[in-house]
Amino acid sequence: MSIKNEEFRPKIVAFCCNWCSYAGADLAGSSRLAYPADVKIIRVPCSCRVNPMFILRAFEKGADGVILCGCHPGDCHYSTGNYYARRRMTLLFSMLDYIGVENGRTRVEWVSAAEGVKFSQTMNEFVEKIRSLGENVRLGDLRCKN
Amino acid sequence: MQELITRAKELLENGTVARVLGWKAGDLPYNPEPAYFTNAEELKDFVYNGFCGANLSKYMIEASKLEGKTLVCLKPCDTYSFNQLLKEHRVDREKAYIVGVGCKGKLNIEKVKSFGIKGIESVFGAEMTDNADTLTFQTIYGEKTCSYAEAMLERCHVCKGKEHVIYDELIGESKDTKDAERFAEVEKIEAMSPEEKFAFFQKELSKCIRCNACRNVCPACSCRKCVFDSTKFDSAQKANVDSFEEKMFHIIRAFHVAGRCTDCGECSRVCPQGIPLHLFNRKFIKDINELYGEFQAGADAETKGPLTNFTFDDAEPSIVANR
Ligand code: SF4
Ligand code: SF4
Ligand code: SF4
Ligand code: FES
Repeated sequence: MSIKNEEFRPKIVAFCCNWCSYAGADLAGSSRLAYPADVKIIRVPCSCRVNPMFILRAFEKGADGVILCGCHPGDCHYSTGNYYARRRMTLLFSMLDYIGVENGRTRVEWVSAAEGVKFSQTMNEFVEKIRSLGENVRLGDLRCKN
Repeated sequence: MQELITRAKELLENGTVARVLGWKAGDLPYNPEPAYFTNAEELKDFVYNGFCGANLSKYMIEASKLEGKTLVCLKPCDTYSFNQLLKEHRVDREKAYIVGVGCKGKLNIEKVKSFGIKGIESVFGAEMTDNADTLTFQTIYGEKTCSYAEAMLERCHVCKGKEHVIYDELIGESKDTKDAERFAEVEKIEAMSPEEKFAFFQKELSKCIRCNACRNVCPACSCRKCVFDSTKFDSAQKANVDSFEEKMFHIIRAFHVAGRCTDCGECSRVCPQGIPLHLFNRKFIKDINELYGEFQAGADAETKGPLTNFTFDDAEPSIVANR
């Protein structure tokens, strides 16, 4: 029997919209608020730039959790992008749940440029949640494992 | 059927239409195929019977580019697809002369074969005029029978109704065939545990050979360029070699038609592997109905689709985890 001594460190992909959440992440950084280094941020022009394929691909390439952050409803730089994103993500998450890919590996959070604290809190919470769920095996692609 | 042929001849002769889009007899008694007819001579091969399940509305995309009008035969459910195509500016209403044809439920030959009826030489009871509850087959093993209703396509058991939502004229009678609840199967899956759900879909989806038939036949799948042909995302057509790809293909296919899928049932009908694709489409339809209000794609050609629309107080995605 082999004993694995390393603790499980989940890989998290965070899609952040350029105008609010990415700036929120920046603020968290410059205010020295800690959030786990396991969160990899991908900047997108708007939350509605993220199509379902982005989320699935992130899982394929080995993410254990995927989170999408955008401007608060009403504050989208392009006025309405996040309203469309909200419907799309709701339906996608529901479908993932339906085919039995553990629910809870996906999340949407609205984070403004002034909410550095919320950004770091959200990321800490999400990483904790994914750590409790363990590794993503159901949507991973064997060929993408290294 | 005779009435349909007579009327088609008339419209061809008086120049109202330049061609007729219908079905012609295939090489076997149960496999008629979509076909164009341009004169009375060709119309000799025209058939319309219980095996004419093919939805002809998508053919109108190409037919809309031809000279003159095309007479197209549409069943009640096909007219929803036509409306949806109209809404998406894929077909030209002026180029179509829609004959709404009656429907008494369409048959699934795979079902018939599953009853042990093989080597079929001829079929009785599948004609529109037959009105039979029983199908009789002359086979190389002798005469066999089965119930018409039991041999129907899945979609006909949950038929949206026998009203044509768009047409120029109507020909032929219909019969009510609905005897099941549209979302019953979806609800059954929703009630399963994550493990059971995963196992169920794994079993179904691992049969997929990525032939793309479900995409190609779908009236809602009419993009000129498709993500499944793109070489950029390694999502192009090939065998699914991994459980991820199976799921990716089916989630994305269904997502791309969410809010636009009329539930015409063509994808499930053509899948050579018998994968119940409607379980994906109907999950989206059910969620849309519950979250954003009842919506039937193709019921008209004007109403904004649910995914190109929003309200300020839509549910947050966290509703899924908290359900
Ligand atoms: S769904 Fe209804 S209208 Fe469509 S083929 Fe079946 S019975 Fe006919
Ligand atoms: S028709 Fe069936 S086998 Fe072909 S790609 Fe679609 S689901 Fe897969
Ligand atoms: S997804 Fe299937 S049921 Fe829906 S419109 Fe396309 S072919 Fe018809
Ligand atoms: S720009 Fe931030 S959500 Fe649209």
